Amino acid sequence: MKEKSVGTFLKKYTMIIVLVIVALFFTWQTQGRLIYPQNINNLISQNAYVFILATGMLLCILTGGNIDLSVGSVVCFVGAVGATLMVKKGMNMILCIIIMLAVGLAIGIWQGFWIAYRRIPPFIVTLAGMLMFRGLSNIVLQGYTVAPMPQNYLNLFNSYIIDFFHGENFNITSLVVGIVAAVIFVLLQFRQRMQRVKKGYEVGSITNDIIKCALISLVMIVLMWRLGMYKGIPNILLWILVIVIIYGYVTSKTTIGRHFYAVGGNEKAAKLSGINTNRVYFIAYANMGLLAAVAAMVTIARLNSANPTAGDSYEMDAIGSCFIGGASAYGGSGTIPGVIVGATLMGVINLGMSIMGIDANWQKVVKGLVLLGAVIFDVESKKNSR
Amino acid sequence: MSKTLLEMKNITKTFPGVKALDNVNLKVEEGEIHALVGENGAGKSTLMNVLSGIYPFGSYEGDIFYEGEVCKFGKIKDSESVGIVIIHQELALVPEMTIGENMYLGNEQGKSYSIDWNQTYGEADKYLKQVGLKESSRTQIKDIGTGKQQLVEIAKALAKRAKLLILDEPTSSLNEEDSKALLDLLLEFKKQGMTSIIISHKLNEIEYIADKITVIRDGATIETLDKQGDNVTEARIIQGMVGRELTDRYPKREAQNLIEKALEVKNWTVYHPLYSERKVVDDVSLYVKKGEVLGISGLMGAGRTELAMSIFGKSYGKKISGQLLINNKEVSLNTEREAIDHKIAYVTEDRKDNGLILSNPIRINTTLANLKGVSKRGVIDADKEIAVANEFKDKLRTKTPSVEQNVGNLSGGNQQKVLLSKWMFAEPDILILDEPTRGIDVGAKYEIYCIINDLVAAGKSVIMISSELPEVLGMSDRIYIMNSGQIAGELDAKEATQEKIMSHIIKSGKEKNE
Repeated sequence: MKEKSVGTFLKKYTMIIVLVIVALFFTWQTQGRLIYPQNINNLISQNAYVFILATGMLLCILTGGNIDLSVGSVVCFVGAVGATLMVKKGMNMILCIIIMLAVGLAIGIWQGFWIAYRRIPPFIVTLAGMLMFRGLSNIVLQGYTVAPMPQNYLNLFNSYIIDFFHGENFNITSLVVGIVAAVIFVLLQFRQRMQRVKKGYEVGSITNDIIKCALISLVMIVLMWRLGMYKGIPNILLWILVIVIIYGYVTSKTTIGRHFYAVGGNEKAAKLSGINTNRVYFIAYANMGLLAAVAAMVTIARLNSANPTAGDSYEMDAIGSCFIGGASAYGGSGTIPGVIVGATLMGVINLGMSIMGIDANWQKVVKGLVLLGAVIFDVESKKNSR
Repeated sequence: MSKTLLEMKNITKTFPGVKALDNVNLKVEEGEIHALVGENGAGKSTLMNVLSGIYPFGSYEGDIFYEGEVCKFGKIKDSESVGIVIIHQELALVPEMTIGENMYLGNEQGKSYSIDWNQTYGEADKYLKQVGLKESSRTQIKDIGTGKQQLVEIAKALAKRAKLLILDEPTSSLNEEDSKALLDLLLEFKKQGMTSIIISHKLNEIEYIADKITVIRDGATIETLDKQGDNVTEARIIQGMVGRELTDRYPKREAQNLIEKALEVKNWTVYHPLYSERKVVDDVSLYVKKGEVLGISGLMGAGRTELAMSIFGKSYGKKISGQLLINNKEVSLNTEREAIDHKIAYVTEDRKDNGLILSNPIRINTTLANLKGVSKRGVIDADKEIAVANEFKDKLRTKTPSVEQNVGNLSGGNQQKVLLSKWMFAEPDILILDEPTRGIDVGAKYEIYCIINDLVAAGKSVIMISSELPEVLGMSDRIYIMNSGQIAGELDAKEATQEKIMSHIIKSGKEKNE
């Protein structure tokens, strides 16, 4: 019994355990440079687009292992449109953001229409999109880089939340936010448990819950403490959090979220259960376009420019994060927290290898092996559990 | 004169946490037809998988003697090489390939770099003749019916020079006519000295065909009945299977005065979704009353499933025409959702492909058709969902440790109960049950019948499509007989007999041909 629970624990939290091991490994190999406050800050801001795109990609993958190959090109195209309007035409920033989101959504609707209502294979539709929007980006930019972005736009993404406590060399707000968030998290967990006990439902063992709460709170506080030692909470973290929380909620708690899993699990059964399966596909791809636009906003802010090669192979980062994070290649399973862990793992490997000064080509080899290994592990462990 | 061909001694097979087989013994003599019966999950298929090498030597305990020698099969090829061929319940044919290609798949004629097609098709035609198929071996599998596909499987087995033929539920997807033909074919083979093991739930077939019957229950051999020595009746076999006597296979229900019509279709015509000139349902008119069990009988391919699905939000077919009335009001249902909202439920015949999400737990499957019932403004109330799933688990007596169990891990009967839970939770007034007891054991069937009785007692209407005549006769208040897309007749349950139903089908078939 004891062994069995250890086994299921390992299976359930494999990727988290792998993440911890990998992080420890790189910390050791880089003599601790990996966890320098500045590097933790970089980990977040460098990978912001991965978190955002992977969230949308999960919805596509849930519908049956379908992927969206066009997101890299869409990021580039939307970025090109936004940057051109802001820099060359001097258009109002808010209006520009709205236009960018609208363009992204329109692209998503275009692709979603063909996939959902005309049943053209997603691979083909998005491959076409990948080519088209890469080309269109070049046309919009006329082959040049558009820079620099207006300061007020950069502030939205690249600056930090100000310290209300005016700490010296340390951003106290950051730590306070970390502690408050941890407390709220623990309270929510506790309340949920109490309610379930009150209504007489099954609850897991109390020690498990306490360990889980303690670990997650600890991670939150330590993360915020490290960020506080640098410049505080980066704005970009808020953007990521908002998106992750919204989509995490939608996928796990709502009926529409359940529809995604049902379609991926058994499309015919879902359809006969009264689920509008076409609409599920449509939403997945329309939403992917919208999130690609958000990623585009983040990307042009980080690069402080829009250029014709931006967003190259972003789709692969997003897809890789999903599969490393435990999404099934056949659809129907995978979670937002899993995807976040997957994206973080990729980010840590990237950053760690960069700090170690490993050749970029070898970095690709390692990332490829990690992706393959994760999926092999997933497939094998499912076989054994049968 | 009879000589033991196969003996399996003290076979024990353990899966993680479950003892699937516990000291099972099976002795088959040359030239006999040996039936293997037992409830779902009793271990019949596991035993056959051990025999055919799907579970290789070493993964089980015990010995297999075949033609007097100990066998250690490591893979299917090993058992096939000595003439043991298994035909699985799910047909393993590639639809896009021809009959001949399928028969020699993995056993290609000629050389590996150059297949000898003339030999392939020549040999194939020879075996097809033996099983009584007139089709050319160059016909594609997708162009022939399930009954003929089953015969192709047998021809394929013959092509492998089978001496011992194992058939796992060979007639489960066949109609009565094709089933009879298949069984007669086996009897014919027996005369020629072929030995067969047949696994089946259909006791009348077993009574008809088997020389000996071995009953397996909960992974152990209970007894072997010999047709010559013992008095073998269906009741006797059932007694062995369930360990108790099942006096009444169909639960009684109170006779009721049925007046109000719940659902009616008039002049309903449906065309095939791909071949748009082919009528699948042809000018059908029928009705079901409140509190009534309406049986729809007919052969496979008579258009019953297609009729049901086309009514259920046009989920099948093209160019659907005709009137649909619910509670005497004409409605138009264009999507499955609209049908569900009009209190119709269609419980599919194919629970694995069209009914359940096997990789998801019972809880999620139970609420799938009525997520609104457990959510508020699009947000699912997780606690309520668990409560609902538990409620139906208890009500239908689904055997499972918890509602978090994946449906794929349940036995056929319990899967069917989960499927019924899903549709009962959708709170329909009219339930269309398509083959509600296919491939499930006698005990679970009885429980399903009780559920049907409870539903009609609550004033709901049940339309039961079934290929098993005894079931239609035992459960229905009224019976429609369908043949080639049309209603061939209507019978009151009191006057209906198997013979009458069959004669309606045959008569309408003749009219069609003239």
